[in-house]
Amino acid sequence: MSDAIIEVQNLHKWYSGVHALKGVSLAVNRGEALGLVGDNGAGKSTLINILSGLHSQDEGEVVVEGKPTSIRNPKDAMALGIETIYQYNSMVPIMSIARNMFIGREPLTFSIGGLGWLDQKKMRAESVKAIADVDLHLRSPDALVGELSGGQRQGVAIARAMHFKSKVMILDEPTNHLSVKETAKVIGFVRSLKEQGVTAIFISHNMHHVFACCDRIVAMALGQVVLDKRTEETSIEEVQDML
Amino acid sequence: MRRLVKLALQKPELAGFMLLLLLVFVFQVRTEGLFLSTNNLRGIMGLLPETALVALGVTLLMICGEFDLSVGSTFALMPMTMAVLFVGGTPFWLAMLAGLGVCALIGFINGWLTIRFEIPSFITTLGMLFMARSLTIVISGGFPPRIRAGEVPSHLFVGFVDDGGLIRASVLWFLGIAILLGLLLGKTNFGNWVRATGGYLPAANALGIPTGRVKIACFMICSMLAGFAGMIQSLRLNSFLPSIGEGMELQAVAAAVIGGTSLLGGIGSIIGGVIGATLIRVIDNGMVMSQIDANWFKFAIGALTIFAVVGNSWLRKSGRKMKVETDK
Repeated sequence: MSDAIIEVQNLHKWYSGVHALKGVSLAVNRGEALGLVGDNGAGKSTLINILSGLHSQDEGEVVVEGKPTSIRNPKDAMALGIETIYQYNSMVPIMSIARNMFIGREPLTFSIGGLGWLDQKKMRAESVKAIADVDLHLRSPDALVGELSGGQRQGVAIARAMHFKSKVMILDEPTNHLSVKETAKVIGFVRSLKEQGVTAIFISHNMHHVFACCDRIVAMALGQVVLDKRTEETSIEEVQDML
Repeated sequence: MRRLVKLALQKPELAGFMLLLLLVFVFQVRTEGLFLSTNNLRGIMGLLPETALVALGVTLLMICGEFDLSVGSTFALMPMTMAVLFVGGTPFWLAMLAGLGVCALIGFINGWLTIRFEIPSFITTLGMLFMARSLTIVISGGFPPRIRAGEVPSHLFVGFVDDGGLIRASVLWFLGIAILLGLLLGKTNFGNWVRATGGYLPAANALGIPTGRVKIACFMICSMLAGFAGMIQSLRLNSFLPSIGEGMELQAVAAAVIGGTSLLGGIGSIIGGVIGATLIRVIDNGMVMSQIDANWFKFAIGALTIFAVVGNSWLRKSGRKMKVETDK
């Protein structure tokens, strides 16, 4: 447990009276692919939302790379190298790939007080490169994200996270509503993260997808961690029994 | 080539632009050439900046995913504030700044209430429509302030800039502001945030865009443009009336929508707002010139709004369906 990149201790969260997280403690090790499973309402999303800065915990501590940290908003999370790829929320469909790659982190040729002129040439060039780096082949960085398939969208989101040198990539149900072929591609992406030294937290309903690409399985139920084992030491049946 | 056609078909302002060309042609023929005569163009261009500036602000705000019904009232409140202060002894430029400041405040209140209490901007700005109109009448004291021609530097805003007396300074103000807004929306990171905020709010939030502040900024720009347009109209007429701008809010929305802006946010362009506003002015003027009963004006605007939206979605669909070779 010495090399934890993210460690949460005794995390509690209430949502309008509902106790969504009941003292969750979990250490995510550097470079591992961790599969987070659980039924709806088990607290997976709550935990992820805290790590990605969308919500704050009511009690407990978040330690990133050994330092106690408060992640107050998505910008804080990104600055710590935590990138989250949501099932739906990662992209603006009516905007181009190049623009989506850089929303909120646009390269500027000059700026005053944080507002400034977009470096569109750089945006195009870097998005083409980033997309090629994750082995995705798209026509043009000017194509609208809304015209891409679900798998391609996840690919662009992963390319974006890689481009910004994320250390931890949280993938929230990335394989939902994807075709078999595209699912295989996303699972391939997750596997390749390991080679690049990126820690992955993979959330899914689908046990097969999680078991296909994760080193370690953590199961949650009713706001608590109920199982935490290496993938080779457990089985789909055992995890399913716990939920 | 097909690729270019496909791209053009998916431009949201295309339907409006084609309608504009068509109507100009029809009116030109019906009036036997009078429509595009210098005298008539002077009339159209005198009124155009006033409608268009309001429409541009509303367009920007709608792209950001919000809505402003109070622009017609702000249109009246700004010049009234300015005139009352001026008559009371405040220098013109200070009075003008104060007027714009009031508009900025109205925009801020509209935005802040909408964001803070998570209520539809339709409601907030409907309330503001009544309040700002009422304020205009209250501060006028029932009697419109009298400002003699020559007392204020009107020529800087509505004076003719060419020898032929065709183009007023207001046209230049309008074009300058339109270009600035176009650049703001298309070429700056702020524009990127505006489109992301209106295009898909959850994603913009998850990516750390300060969506609340972006929206409030758009509300403020919208209100200030409406106030500025009202000032131009008041200076052009050289009278400061509390009743100007009534019905302007819906014309502005119609202009934005005709220009391809989506009510759902994200989609739209500044050039579309310009085209929409021009269409409204062209129809208004063209109907008079072709001696059509003026009472049909609102009917025409209404029909055009629906037609433009239907036309746009049809064009976009056929554009999307068009197959182009992909380079593999």
